[in-house]
Amino acid sequence: MNDEHPLRLSRRRFCAAALGLAAVVPRVAFAASDAHIRIGTTSVILDNQVGFLHAWRDYLQPRLGRPVTFLQRGSYREVTSMLLGDELDFAWVCGYPYVRNRAAWELVALPNYGGKPLYRSYLIVPVTDISAKGFDVLAGKVFAYSDPDSNSGFLVPQFEMLRTGIYPPTHFRKTFFTYAHHKVVAAVADGVAQGGAVDGYVWETLALRSPELTRRTRVAHVSDEYGFPPMVARRSLDRATYVLFRDTLLSMPGDARGRELLKQLNLDGFLPPDDTQFAGIARVLDFVASRERLPT
Amino acid sequence: MGTLGNLSYRVKVPLALSAVIVVASAILAAVLGAQIYADARRDLLANAESLGRTLARALTPAMLRDDVWQAYETIVAPLAGETADDSGRRSITVVDADGNIYASSDPARFPMLAPAKQALGAAVDKLVSSGDEKSPRIVEDTAGKAILVAVPIVADDGTRLGSVVISYSQDVFLPRFLTTAERVILSTLVALVALVPIGWWFGRRMAGPLVGLAGAMRRVGEAPPTELAQGLHRSGDEIGQLGTRFEQMLVELEGKQRLEREIVAADRLAAIGRLTAGTAHEINNPLAGMLTAIDTARKHGEPDPISASTLSLVERGLQQIRHSVSALLVEARFEARALTPQDLDDVRTLLEPEAATRQQTLNWESHLDRAVPLPSTPTRQILINLILNAIQAAGLGGTVSCRIQADEAQMSFEIRNDGRSIPAELMEHLFEPFSSGTEGGSGLGLWVTYQIVEQLRGTIRVRSGPPETEFAVALPLGAAA
Repeated sequence: MNDEHPLRLSRRRFCAAALGLAAVVPRVAFAASDAHIRIGTTSVILDNQVGFLHAWRDYLQPRLGRPVTFLQRGSYREVTSMLLGDELDFAWVCGYPYVRNRAAWELVALPNYGGKPLYRSYLIVPVTDISAKGFDVLAGKVFAYSDPDSNSGFLVPQFEMLRTGIYPPTHFRKTFFTYAHHKVVAAVADGVAQGGAVDGYVWETLALRSPELTRRTRVAHVSDEYGFPPMVARRSLDRATYVLFRDTLLSMPGDARGRELLKQLNLDGFLPPDDTQFAGIARVLDFVASRERLPT
Repeated sequence: MGTLGNLSYRVKVPLALSAVIVVASAILAAVLGAQIYADARRDLLANAESLGRTLARALTPAMLRDDVWQAYETIVAPLAGETADDSGRRSITVVDADGNIYASSDPARFPMLAPAKQALGAAVDKLVSSGDEKSPRIVEDTAGKAILVAVPIVADDGTRLGSVVISYSQDVFLPRFLTTAERVILSTLVALVALVPIGWWFGRRMAGPLVGLAGAMRRVGEAPPTELAQGLHRSGDEIGQLGTRFEQMLVELEGKQRLEREIVAADRLAAIGRLTAGTAHEINNPLAGMLTAIDTARKHGEPDPISASTLSLVERGLQQIRHSVSALLVEARFEARALTPQDLDDVRTLLEPEAATRQQTLNWESHLDRAVPLPSTPTRQILINLILNAIQAAGLGGTVSCRIQADEAQMSFEIRNDGRSIPAELMEHLFEPFSSGTEGGSGLGLWVTYQIVEQLRGTIRVRSGPPETEFAVALPLGAAA
């Protein structure tokens, strides 16, 4: 930190001298001078939980020895681009963006959900629909996805349909994105959509927190297990911060406050990074990309 | 109408006042109710239009990006917190440019992509079909009993993207209206509870004098007029005037009745007088003969002791008859001597000891300072008779007053005593012979007095009642001469 000040001063000189360099220098200066650890979150966990994120921040700050800022954005794509642009240090992202950005990102920890770092994608329908068991009967209906960059909320249902010979772009009469898993549940519960794809972990957690909402939906189909949305770091992050953050996450079940936060997350803890857990998502992505022209 | 017409004003007036209060309150409540309904409707539509404009602005980006969920969240937000009961009454629907439902707050009733016309009713056509219309529109769908407020969603370049349609079931006013109406009715009832008793009381107060007057009129002839007049309402209004007039009539009636009684009494006395005079003459003639015969028998015959005692017995009896008859037959001897103040002083001197023996006070007030043209003997007899009666009536320690005065036309005496009043049943026959119940009296004193007053062409009046009894005699001057 001490050797950052000369850089800052030099930036001013550079800015005054050569405007051409000004575009490059600020990023360096910004990254080096910013004492905050910036963590991006997405709707892989229940978002809009400002109180929880404040509590988690207060938990992490003394352990990391630095101020922590949680940043929430409306879509996965925004968080992805922020992490790729080094505007974030860590991000809790979906497995699908992770698989696509493995080169730039490094796994930090995998959430332990029921003893495994795995989860499923649910196909949900309104509780009034007592017959649907898959995507086939939803032809010509309105369908809700959570996020175009979501594994459970978009990629897996695409895969499930393609696998059974359904062509997703024309199967439904209309589709829309809610940009949050719990909003998919709301859309189906309210009857806006006659079907929706949702993160199984989010649905189960909602069933604990807001059973009156999930009770109005029914899980019509459950996918195979896939790697749980992981906590990732940009590869450019310094090692010490990476290790400190990873160890802090892994040690959360070790103290009462950490357990309390994990309980709020409906998780058992964090597991060490294991890239093999995402082989399933990679396979699905390959399969879907081979049938459709999806960006890889 | 008949039964109502027969009701007492005591009921009718309060009833009418109460009815007026109730009707006025009802009209007031109805007017307020109508106003409330109109206000509620106007407020609702104004709110709907303002909400519609806000939503239309917020929905523009969502429609441009085809973000259904964003649109749904936008239109659901204003309805958050509404009960299930309310949500059936109000819904917000976004209709796209093709007339299909884009999103609705009630997806079950208005599914996405369904034709808006089919879902919302034919009226919606008028609201959303015309592409050039940029201002909000309100349409009442009488068939569906709904009010639709449509606000167009317009892109920045003026392209019409669709419409926000806020639909109110007609009965959305009902709970709002009922809540306020309930309050109005409640306040009206509270006011009625306070006003009706006031109206009732006021009505009774107004009807009271009339009812009193009617009651008094009904009892005319049953109760003395003075008693009837007591309960009457006195004021300057019509009922007060009626009361005053009624009272005057009562006074006149009483005067007339008294006059009638007096005429009857005078007629009777005159008849008795004629009868008495006739009888007395018929008796006096044989009586004189019989007494002469007894006298002759005494003087010229020599009766044995038994006959002598019989003759004596018969003579005493006849003498008593003559005495009685002459007492009945009052014949004033009109000597020429006029009445002087000295005569009156003599009467006073004569009677004062009589009063003194009963420890009475005799108030003597004589304003006579000259001789008056009245025969002195009968006049004095009137005075003596009446004062003696008064002394008799006043009792031990009583007071007797005598007031004498004379003017150019007449002379009058007023003799008063504070003794017991004369009973009403006796008053009728007071001046008739042997009517007096006075102990020790002959029963002829007032008869004689009356006869003398009659012969002097005068009048005599009695007024008796607590605290005193008064005999008033008026004698015209010069009439008898």
